[in-house]
Amino acid sequence: MSRSIATRIGAEPGKATRSVILIIVGLVFVVPIAAMLEFTFRAGLAGGYTFAHWTGIFDPAQASNYSNLLVGIGNSVVLAIVTVAIVLVVLLPTMILVHLQFPRLRRVLEIICIVPITVPAIVLVVGLAPVYSVVVTILGGDTWTLAFAYGITVLPYAYRAIQANLGAVDMITLSEAGRSLGAGWLRVLWHVILPNLRRGIIAASFISVAVVLGEFTIASLLNRTNMQTALLQLAQTDGYVAVIFALLSLIVAFLILLLIGRLGRTRGNRSTS
Amino acid sequence: MTATTATSTPSSLSAPNTGATVQLIDVVKDYAGQRALDGVALSINPGEFIALLGPSGCGKTTALRALSGLEQVDGGHILIDGKDVVDVPVNKRDIGMVFQSYSLFPHLTAGENVEFGLRMRKVGAAERRRRAAETLELVGLDHHVGRYAHQLSGGQQQRVALARALVTQPRVLLLDEPLSALDAKVRVQLREEIRRIQLDLGITTLYVTHDQEEALSVSDHVAVMYGGRIEQMGSPAEMYSAPATPFVAEYIGTMNRLEGTVVDGGVSHAGTTLRIEEAQSRPRGERVLVLVRPETVAVERANGGGGGVNTLVGDVVTQTFLGPVTRLKILGDGVDVIADVPTQKALSLPVGTRVAAVLPAEGARLLSLKEDVPQIAEEPVPAGR
Ligand SMILES: Nc1ncnc2c1ncn2[C@@H]1O[C@H](COP(=O)(O)OP(=O)(O)O)[C@@H](O)[C@H]1O
Ligand SMILES: [Mg+2]
Repeated sequence: MSRSIATRIGAEPGKATRSVILIIVGLVFVVPIAAMLEFTFRAGLAGGYTFAHWTGIFDPAQASNYSNLLVGIGNSVVLAIVTVAIVLVVLLPTMILVHLQFPRLRRVLEIICIVPITVPAIVLVVGLAPVYSVVVTILGGDTWTLAFAYGITVLPYAYRAIQANLGAVDMITLSEAGRSLGAGWLRVLWHVILPNLRRGIIAASFISVAVVLGEFTIASLLNRTNMQTALLQLAQTDGYVAVIFALLSLIVAFLILLLIGRLGRTRGNRSTS
Repeated sequence: MTATTATSTPSSLSAPNTGATVQLIDVVKDYAGQRALDGVALSINPGEFIALLGPSGCGKTTALRALSGLEQVDGGHILIDGKDVVDVPVNKRDIGMVFQSYSLFPHLTAGENVEFGLRMRKVGAAERRRRAAETLELVGLDHHVGRYAHQLSGGQQQRVALARALVTQPRVLLLDEPLSALDAKVRVQLREEIRRIQLDLGITTLYVTHDQEEALSVSDHVAVMYGGRIEQMGSPAEMYSAPATPFVAEYIGTMNRLEGTVVDGGVSHAGTTLRIEEAQSRPRGERVLVLVRPETVAVERANGGGGGVNTLVGDVVTQTFLGPVTRLKILGDGVDVIADVPTQKALSLPVGTRVAAVLPAEGARLLSLKEDVPQIAEEPVPAGR
């Protein structure tokens, strides 16, 4: 601990510089959010403030207005779950296998996983549209099939999160130690590798959830309803409520990121870096 | 030995089945066309402690990993207790391993680390805990059961790793430079402790190191490895006093290597004839290397005139203080010798003194120079002190 602080001190800017940077960055984030918040309390063009927009959400009489949004939220949650499942079932084992058994493929895997970040969502959709016309005939047109596309968009983030963890622990020696102590591959995976990848796995999952909950372009262009497309629709009928839900989703995303930061800092499981 | 075993070894560890025989027969291993093991042959008796010694890259780790099963071999046989285990996977070979890099599971406490092998063998929780505690006590860490790896020093981590490897009573214990990451002082202390525990348990042990002092000080036998082969194997004393190859001579201890030609009555070197007993059985004209330990060279102030028998004359060019002895480097016409003399005596032979170095007729050894003598990059540490 003290070592890492000591090595970092030289590279750190002074206290005043740090405060200025923090304040500027903070303003960039706070101003739009504060503006959104202020907007949700406005009582129309006439001026003045009201809680009506917030209380209206819980008004059963208006529930039908939001039904599409609720469908969208439900879809997004399902998509998040399926996407995380894809990450854990496809990406994670591949990364472990490549790391331990096929180290020569590491660069290839890295490039494959990072590429999606360079491909704009629009381009992705153009490529995916014909694919989805096939997917629909096989798996049906349910919204959850979007998760295949999302699995690709979250790839760079999930890869980074898991790779950071893999790089910080000497997984090869640990699994060889496990093997020498009598564990077969499955038990090495379960008792040695996964416990030591816990942080990376959780971070990858949460980041995937955050990305999926914020996704708009692909869903919109492929004509599916998720939280973001539903929000946009709602914004066209009731701008206030749309902003309220946007705020709420921001808070949820913020909480998720906070949680990831927390996990990164938990002690007791610190690797011997 | 039986007496100490009875008193100092915890009951569950002194199993009668420890101490297997190990045989490597012509083991070959290639890495992408590059030969790492070139017909390694090694035989270890039950309960023996063998040090596998050699310079970096000579194949020590590969040999150990082949024996453990972590590496598949491309040829040869590996017998444990007479049974060929080449096709037996690591986790079924019943070996204990201590790695060069720290290898404790970071998510488990020291106690849980030690219990790991027992857990894999489906030993009940209560017995696991008892045996882990006993084994941790054996390595002197019973009060650190609940600590995580990052709360332990490097030496303590390797102790726990040793306990973890021993708790399952493996047939063979394999250690790959387990002390190389530790401070010099801890290293000496821990290697003696490893030896004590090994003797206590009577477990067959293969200990890989590139530190010849370490190898000579703790093992029953030393096997020197070079270029993927075992060059020579013998007791530490044999390896030191009777190296079989130029490489071993160079690698173990410090050695004067004087090139010469066999002539009537001895070996011609630097214009004089050295009377060396071994030379009598050699064919005349053969190119040989005369190997002389620096501590067997007697040095006197040169008193004018010609040299006596086996005497090389030169000037002291450097003095290196080594504690009880001081090492003199003597250079003259064709003469390049180092000699260890008592420090007290070295005071009367300051740098620049013209001296006569007298080589022993009996202590010197001859090696034929038909093979190229390998050069070792680092200056070997003087052995046996
Ligand atoms: N996984 C590997 N792939 C390719 N070459 C290897 C590998 N492991 C070892 N080698 C090569 O095999 C030789 C012996 O290596 P090693 O057994 O590690 O030596 P030592 O432990 O004596 O330092 C070296 O030349 C090394 O470069
Ligand atoms: Mg090695």
